[in-house]
Amino acid sequence: MGVDTVRVVGSFTRRKPLGAIGAVIVVALLLMAVFAERIAPHGYDDTIRGARMKPPSAAHWLGTDNLSRDMWSRIVYGARVSVTVGFATVALAVTLATAIGVSSGYFGGVYDLVIQRVVDAWLSFPYLVIVLSVMAVLGPGLLNVVLSLAIIIAAVNSRVIRGATIAIAQGTYVEAARALGCGHARILVRHILPNVTATIIILATIGLGAAILAESGLSFLGFGVPPPYPAWGAMLSGSGRTYMFRAPWMAIWPGLAISLAVFGFNMLGDALRDVLDPRLRGGSAR
Amino acid sequence: MLRRYLVKRLLIAIPSLLIASLIVFTLPRLIPGDVVVLMLAEKAYAKDLEELRAKLGLDRPLPVQYVEWLGRVTRGDLGESLWTKRPVLEEIGQRLPVTFELAFFGLFFALLIALPVGIISAARQDTISDYFARSLAIFGLSVPAFWLATLLIVLPAIWWGWRPVTGFVEFSRDPFNHVTQLLLPAVILGIATGAALMRLTRGMLLEVLRQDYVRTAWAKGLAERVIVLKHGLRNAIIPVVTLLGTQLPQIIGGTVIIETVFGLPGMSRFLFDAINQRDYPVIQGVNLVVVSLIVVINLTVDTLYAVLDPRIRY
Repeated sequence: MGVDTVRVVGSFTRRKPLGAIGAVIVVALLLMAVFAERIAPHGYDDTIRGARMKPPSAAHWLGTDNLSRDMWSRIVYGARVSVTVGFATVALAVTLATAIGVSSGYFGGVYDLVIQRVVDAWLSFPYLVIVLSVMAVLGPGLLNVVLSLAIIIAAVNSRVIRGATIAIAQGTYVEAARALGCGHARILVRHILPNVTATIIILATIGLGAAILAESGLSFLGFGVPPPYPAWGAMLSGSGRTYMFRAPWMAIWPGLAISLAVFGFNMLGDALRDVLDPRLRGGSAR
Repeated sequence: MLRRYLVKRLLIAIPSLLIASLIVFTLPRLIPGDVVVLMLAEKAYAKDLEELRAKLGLDRPLPVQYVEWLGRVTRGDLGESLWTKRPVLEEIGQRLPVTFELAFFGLFFALLIALPVGIISAARQDTISDYFARSLAIFGLSVPAFWLATLLIVLPAIWWGWRPVTGFVEFSRDPFNHVTQLLLPAVILGIATGAALMRLTRGMLLEVLRQDYVRTAWAKGLAERVIVLKHGLRNAIIPVVTLLGTQLPQIIGGTVIIETVFGLPGMSRFLFDAINQRDYPVIQGVNLVVVSLIVVINLTVDTLYAVLDPRIRY
């Protein structure tokens, strides 16, 4: 890490303390997901003799569940599902959204009109309704969760990217590039894409939170990763709810983990937007 | 002018609705063949494979099926449930009011939280109250509704031994209990939307507060309350009204989880059960009704928007 990076991080922390908190949460989440084996004291499916539904203690920080499994270990492994679904969904969604949004905004005309009507149609579906319906056809599973969530997030994001593209395409430098004889491909890659990157980064960060939240909702409804692998949403449904009055920690920690993860990404995304979007910078005109 | 705008808007809504109907129609057609076999074995929806294919309308060329289905839909025939054998429209008609009521109360609470907090947050940008309000809003967007619902059921039970009443009370039987049982679900449903609306209110108000005419208002020596509420909010509120329309699909999507957690017999829970039972006519029917409602409501919001804002000339 160079001196410049340290300076940028320092200045970001001073200007956007909430964003910095978000960044810390995101980094912690990533570490949990990558080093789950080293961080978790037990395997996610290890049953511990004589430790059924024990409340939080020094031996089991977050208590144990109805199958005598360590909750902290399951939460740590659960980060993997959230991170995998989050990043895979957003990568796919952003790629799709950029392709649709940039081409639609740049070429305009009938192509834009047709594409936007299809996007309109997608957007008029409540996401959970359409995702559940798609899952009914595809069946449950991680890949299907990613696919169905990505389509919805892509539709929303493509609108924003299209708007940004239209604004950029009207710039004089794009006109100049065209006058110099640049082809569409060169203008798109060298002039339009670099200028929508900031928008894409913001959408991706906020999309990560949305994707993790949506995945947890699907897992809660029983359409996520099949057990015994711990997905936070699934931990909260089924046994988490059955035993919620006798062992409330079984329902409390997974939800807190989801909330913190999504909170981290949202905070970071918000701060990035404030920094990258000049219209929101600084104080009021007073 | 307004009429021309309305006609134009309607012309845009029709293709969207048609495309949406195509999506709704195509979904069951994507079912792999073995799922039909599975449906036959699991649920015994028909005597044999051919009968089930005919019931699902999978036995004729696709374009023919679509046109026929659309024809039936326009006559109000959404088919019958494979599970209960009752007309889908009738089943939806019974459950729609519950979902609608829930969504309405949810939206009401969302606005009740969003507007004051958004205004304070913008008027006091980068102060402690702004940070607090924004953190709270982001937290509201981050907390899964099903967790919040679980906490609000579990914690009062542990602390005070108080448990919410289970079972649905109809309005005609007991209006008071009917409304009170919907309050908690509606507040939880409204939190995420409220957070989104609050952020937009803040963002829009900040943008308006930087305009020259606001600076002039300050220079004239007007009170802050007048500047923020009269000059600022009135100009910032329009996109917020539009967002209300676009938030509607999310609110209705949210009812799937809320109705499941609280055991409310609404349309979303009906859809969820239908998905679990692979009852495709019901899935199609509910999706179509939901999408049509949303398109119509968005159209209404757009119209209101054009009527309310005199600056907009189409």
